[in-house]
Amino acid sequence: MEPGSTDIPAIRAKDIGVSFSGISVLRGVTLDIRQGEIHGLVGENGAGKSTLGKVLGGYYTASHGQMEVFGRPVAGWDSHSALANGIAIMHQELQLVPALTVAQNVFLGIEQHRWGVLRTTEAERLKSLMVTSGFSLDPHATVADLSIADQQKIEILRALARNARVIVMDEPTSSLSKGEVGQLHASMKKLRSEGKTVIYVSHFLDDILETTDRITVLRDGELVSTFATSGATKAGLVSAMLGDGKTETLFPPKQVTRDAAPVLEARNLKSETGVKDASLRVGRGEIVGLIGLVGSGRSEIARAIIGADPATGGEVIVENEIYCDRDLAKSTERGLVMVPEDRRKQGLVMTMPVRANMSLPHLKRLSTAGIVNGDAEKARARELIEHFNVRPAMLDGDVSNYSGGNQQKVLIGKWLMENPRLVILDEPSRGVDVGARQRIHEAIAELAASGTAVLLISSEIDEVLGLAHRAYLVDDGAIVEEIDPDDNDEAAVLSLLFHHQSAHMTDGLRE
Amino acid sequence: MVFVNRYTVLHFLQNYAVLIMIVALTIALSLMSDSFFTVRNLLNILNQNAPLAIMASAMTLVIIAGGFDLSVGAIFAMGAVCSAWIALHVDPYIGLLMAPVIGLLLGTMNGLVITTLKVHSFLATIATSLIFKGIAIVISDGRLIPVRMAEFTWLGRDKIAGVFIAVWVMVIFALLLTFLLNRTVFGRKVFSVGGNEEAAILSGIRTNRIKITTFALAGLAAGLASAIQVSRISMGQASAGTGMELQAIAAVILGGTSIYGGVGAVWRSIAGVLLLALINNGFNILNADPFYRDLTTGLVILAAIGISAGGKPR
Repeated sequence: MEPGSTDIPAIRAKDIGVSFSGISVLRGVTLDIRQGEIHGLVGENGAGKSTLGKVLGGYYTASHGQMEVFGRPVAGWDSHSALANGIAIMHQELQLVPALTVAQNVFLGIEQHRWGVLRTTEAERLKSLMVTSGFSLDPHATVADLSIADQQKIEILRALARNARVIVMDEPTSSLSKGEVGQLHASMKKLRSEGKTVIYVSHFLDDILETTDRITVLRDGELVSTFATSGATKAGLVSAMLGDGKTETLFPPKQVTRDAAPVLEARNLKSETGVKDASLRVGRGEIVGLIGLVGSGRSEIARAIIGADPATGGEVIVENEIYCDRDLAKSTERGLVMVPEDRRKQGLVMTMPVRANMSLPHLKRLSTAGIVNGDAEKARARELIEHFNVRPAMLDGDVSNYSGGNQQKVLIGKWLMENPRLVILDEPSRGVDVGARQRIHEAIAELAASGTAVLLISSEIDEVLGLAHRAYLVDDGAIVEEIDPDDNDEAAVLSLLFHHQSAHMTDGLRE
Repeated sequence: MVFVNRYTVLHFLQNYAVLIMIVALTIALSLMSDSFFTVRNLLNILNQNAPLAIMASAMTLVIIAGGFDLSVGAIFAMGAVCSAWIALHVDPYIGLLMAPVIGLLLGTMNGLVITTLKVHSFLATIATSLIFKGIAIVISDGRLIPVRMAEFTWLGRDKIAGVFIAVWVMVIFALLLTFLLNRTVFGRKVFSVGGNEEAAILSGIRTNRIKITTFALAGLAAGLASAIQVSRISMGQASAGTGMELQAIAAVILGGTSIYGGVGAVWRSIAGVLLLALINNGFNILNADPFYRDLTTGLVILAAIGISAGGKPR
């Protein structure tokens, strides 16, 4: 076979190994990415799928092994030489300049100029690129005004403008709506029909099964197998990812709670952040769900209850006592806690070790006369690390290097360090792998069984239905209906939500 | 595990860049001059830099909590003028005592301005530094206030157990702040406020109180430093402390405390002060052309920052 033939693989990786600060995260990975295929990389969080994608895309340099790109061995592999060899990478967080236009972003760094003065040919070049690639966007639109799906198209165009033949997409759908995911998948197929190769890293197994030609499964930094997508099933993928033949997450059984004594009651709550009328009740040992479409005000209701945002009306009653002038410090003292949805921005302090993150809300109880009691803190943190099976299990581990699932376990552990009366969980399993998700679900059920009241917010409706004893539907900042999770399935709940949404929309029109 | 790879060596170099440079400079100066590595010279270096080291120690907490204090030089001036004035007109001991108290008050004011107006500390302290400096000029009427009394000058000039009192004060102050930062609830909160303020707020921490306290401590330190300095030169004036805020910040950053907050240590800032002091001292004992002093200091700061920034993950 000679270079340039379509039979040689786009990328051939031999015995690739990667370690970070002495910890091996990828070992002995040997794999071929064929030209013109969509190749899925799957595995639990921490299995190494993202790392492998970044090595193939030149973002990380392998500490071991060789790579051939289109038949030629490569040395000194980095982003720059990857691009020179026709391989581009699209990161989970898009690398665009929001204030610039579509055209400026596409040609960023490869602007045509004469003596440093820009030529006015960008729009023309972009137009011809759009014609050949089939993606169309307004060249003069400002990137900040576009949807994430359109921004991803810019990233793809940018790769194509640099003559990329292979595009690595790292978790591209994590912040997309369903419709946008469809658009992205269409884009991938379009690229494939042009003879381009796509490497698709994702933890959404349905997406992988729908779009890819072949799938590689990774587990604990090693390659499990590579196989054709046709004939593969979700259950098969999950058991390959988990190793010991486990099937997809089943929810832990619900404990019976009849007429539980109320821990929290909110009456006609209103806030500046868009809560219009929220009344709810959560009892001891009860898991209560809040279900709503994106933007319905679920998190805002929780924030108003716990005092993260000031309320403008209504009242909150905690164990038969009215709780006024709420703020987060008081709520923490009263045992009302919230596990926020964005673990990077709102949850963890990435510059502090695991132990200090876990003890942060509980310092008062873990100290004498303002001096932290290190032994008590360590003992409690060690228990939680074991309880949640946090890996690596180090008290002073650098949490910023942990996988998403393990970060989430640290975050939830942080709030359960001192037994709280009410825990609000906002998207507790977002962006975590199957194993961590299951552990988190078990922890929620255990928490309720121990008598804590749990308010569960999730955009995954099946998660709420599977865990909650009761659930409220949220629409436009108001709680509109209470449902029994055991009598409703996901489709029924969705149609109820859309029904309420169109009802308030027509109300709005009439006003 | 007994293996050393390139990464760990680089990591070690980055982590302890300031100490390595101090050791290298000490060896070089010892070889070049006999009068450098003597107890007398080393104690002198410490003594001369005690006020700056005290200010840099407290500045460390401000920077770890994600702030900046550009007003400590002006607080120093206020402390100098007020303590000399009070010493002259009321009582020398009260004069020395009032400098840190006034510093504490002015620092608290800084903190209150920053948290209630919700402005960046950088801007707020530029404004307050002009105000403090202005008041110092008004109080001193633009003149020097000489205080030649043994009851006033002991703090800056006397020794206990052969070591200047100023050095003892600096050591005790730095140890106290180290304890505060590493062992107490307050210290933990300082790290969390600078590391991720949103997460700290959601953890029930009243982050504004923490910020105000760090600025109050920076003010207290500036006042204490000014008491030592005024006592030493037996004179208060409004131009005292000019530029010290930048030296203190440079020392903190030079030591390796992150300018983005959340990471740092008090010993690092002391080491930063010492490194700057060694360069100065080297010029003195080698009789080198002082015209090159600023140039050299700037290059050393640049080198230290370059070492600690190089090779870090994006």
